Amino acid sequence: MSTAETRSGLRLWLWIPLALFAFFAGLAGYMLTQEKPEFVKSTMVGKPLPEFTLEPAFDGLPGASSGDFEGGKPRLLNIWASWCLPCIAEAPQLEALKDEGVEIIGIAIRDRPEDVARFLERHGNPYTRIGADAISAVQLELGSSGVPETFVIGSDGTIRYQHIGDIRPEHVALLKAELEKAQ
Amino acid sequence: MIAEIGLAALWLAAALAVLQMISGAAALRSVDGSTHPLAIYARPAAIVQAVLAVLAFLMLLRAFAITDLSIKLVATNSHSMKPMIYKLTGTWGNHEGSMLLWVGVLALAGGLLAGLEKRLPEKTMGATLAVQGFIALGFYAFLLLSSNPFERLPVPAAEGIGLNPLLQDIGLAIHPPTLYAGYVGLSVAFSLAMGALLTREVNPNFARAMRPWVLGAWVLLTLGITAGSYWAYYELGWGGWWFWDPVENASLMPWLAATALMHSVSVLAARDALRTWTIMLGVLAFSMSMLGTFLVRSGVLTSVHAFAVDPERGAFILALLLIYIGGAFTIFALRASAVSEGKRFAAVSREGALVFNNVMLSAILAIVLLGTLYPLLAEAFDARVSVGPPYFNPASAIFAIPMFLVMAVGPLLRWKEDKPLRVQFEMLLIAAVLIATLAIVALAGDYPLLPVLGLGLAAALGVAAFLPLRGRKLSRVPTAVWGMVLAHFGVAVSLLGMASEGAFTEERLAAVAPGDTVEMGDWLITLESVAPVAGPNWTAIEARVAARLGEGEAVTLTPQARNFWSPAQATSESALLTRWNGQLYAVIGAQTPDGRWQLRVWWKPFVTFIWYGGLLIALGGVLAIIGRVQVDVKRRKAAELGEERRADLAALTPEPAE
Repeated sequence: MSTAETRSGLRLWLWIPLALFAFFAGLAGYMLTQEKPEFVKSTMVGKPLPEFTLEPAFDGLPGASSGDFEGGKPRLLNIWASWCLPCIAEAPQLEALKDEGVEIIGIAIRDRPEDVARFLERHGNPYTRIGADAISAVQLELGSSGVPETFVIGSDGTIRYQHIGDIRPEHVALLKAELEKAQ
Repeated sequence: MIAEIGLAALWLAAALAVLQMISGAAALRSVDGSTHPLAIYARPAAIVQAVLAVLAFLMLLRAFAITDLSIKLVATNSHSMKPMIYKLTGTWGNHEGSMLLWVGVLALAGGLLAGLEKRLPEKTMGATLAVQGFIALGFYAFLLLSSNPFERLPVPAAEGIGLNPLLQDIGLAIHPPTLYAGYVGLSVAFSLAMGALLTREVNPNFARAMRPWVLGAWVLLTLGITAGSYWAYYELGWGGWWFWDPVENASLMPWLAATALMHSVSVLAARDALRTWTIMLGVLAFSMSMLGTFLVRSGVLTSVHAFAVDPERGAFILALLLIYIGGAFTIFALRASAVSEGKRFAAVSREGALVFNNVMLSAILAIVLLGTLYPLLAEAFDARVSVGPPYFNPASAIFAIPMFLVMAVGPLLRWKEDKPLRVQFEMLLIAAVLIATLAIVALAGDYPLLPVLGLGLAAALGVAAFLPLRGRKLSRVPTAVWGMVLAHFGVAVSLLGMASEGAFTEERLAAVAPGDTVEMGDWLITLESVAPVAGPNWTAIEARVAARLGEGEAVTLTPQARNFWSPAQATSESALLTRWNGQLYAVIGAQTPDGRWQLRVWWKPFVTFIWYGGLLIALGGVLAIIGRVQVDVKRRKAAELGEERRADLAALTPEPAE
């Protein structure tokens, strides 16, 4: 343990802390410049839509099931909730998509019928159907981790694209393009 | 005006940090005997700087107290409806405010050092203050250039956004300030180590000057970690007390380094050995503090602790790390070879045991550091991993177990050289307690290995902690030794709590309707009712749960599922029933579709010992500080007296002829 007395010259082990720190600093510097993926991408993209049947979320519209996505054309599946603030922000964009002839089927997460009705009254109703997912069961099956999220479901019934977060005006064209690809 | 005063104080403090740096550096240039004319400013600059930085912090505190919504930080982090105590604690519940607290404590530590430390040679002191000023300057720059807490809004906000509800808790009132004071207190050890290295004054005198600072910072870190652990335990509602989360690790790593440093500095003070190693640890301990700050504030790691993260700020702190840690390790590598090793000692000796445990502590530190940084490394290669207890627990236990064993025997050994046979009675006693406990637990049931070993070690350590007192007259035992005994006993108590929680915890998760009773061990738990309740800024579903032990009287617990509205967030408020031998921990969850409620209860025997142990450890540290300061004061008085006598003698005896 105890080696004696003053020695001149450099001792190699004294550089080890600096070397370790340099490695850490390089790594941290590299990681800081990397884009951080904030959202969890669903692994379901490219796979068929899982089977589900959901009760109507309120009296005004029928419920939703996986069968509703069959036949003819690609559709949007919008996961939302009346208690979710970004969902209010994306309402005009959904309205715009609906006006262009896109069929949007909603799934309301952990919601109450009266709240759903009030939300649609206030912010417009772009949906043809809304299913109630009281315990996020379908949401989890879809690999969605939050609200709002929007999936493009192809005419063949497979999940083609996942949009995480609210749809902003600049995303409308992107979703239109994805819908066309999904023909 | 408040914001302007605060900001002006910060700028002035930054300017004084520059003066302190220049003046301290000038002291290094002093030729023997005479001091450099600039050198006299270092101490006053440090003291006035401390006053200004504390003033800046008080101004921000005031702004939060009166909810001055023209200040951006207040508007984004506070709310006029919050209770006063949480308005105040909200001051440091955000990035800018907590960095201001950081800087305030840093300046205060520097000021105290400048005002109190009179033993070191002026050159060493100058170098130390220069380093301290240099560190402070970097953090002032960070605060003023990228995290200005006093920024005004162009138009005052109508109402504040609020504070993360998890942080609206009394735990937050004490946990971060204590931890910060500990983190930053280590800056003094860092500056002293650099000062001693630069002036080649690494000796027992320097160690004695450094020791109270290390002890003080270590006590505060211990308290901060203990409080933080308890806060996470009852506030997060997961029933766990340590999650190996990056932010927790960020506080544990400086503590491990400081624990090693505290012991190593004692060896240096008492025996003039371990010079280089002590300097290394001095640099390392504060480096770990800054590294922790970086990890927490930059957002390179994901953690359950939701801090506002900002890559730009991360880059700024990383640059500071490069300057300070990189610079310090470079100077260390260049200079330390010129520091002689110090006195020799045998493997079996007090020093030997301390060195062994220093190495073990460093190994645990390396394990925690590796586990904390590994996700970062993996992510650089596009793999996402999360490192948790399955890695940390066994990996740190490999080094902790031998460390505890040596810790039981080490204090019994003599300095320099000893024979194991001399302490054979004590060693046999410790071994007997260890083996007996292990045998009893092993016979009592089938428990996991680590908790069982933990119980055995806790019992052995609990006995061993008091053995250094054997054969001594208790009234004559120095205060510092009492401190060691108490701190080591605290480790045993804490370890007992951890092991007992790990081995004997009973858990029950049930869906119950009001009126239902579930059984858990000897406890009968009845859900009596569920009702909505409202607080100042939240509403909640509150369950009334009656807990009965056997035939005993029922005690009512009221766990809540709270919803805060500004900002909107749901939290789970656990309810605790504390008995001398453990805690009952109840959480109410969501309602099931058929109208029943998820009720989760744990019985955690002796879990409270974890935190009692932490408090004992800290108390031991306080006793050690008192003891050391007492001895120092006595020594100084004796020296003064001796000098007076010599002066008197000199005055009485006629001048000797040349």
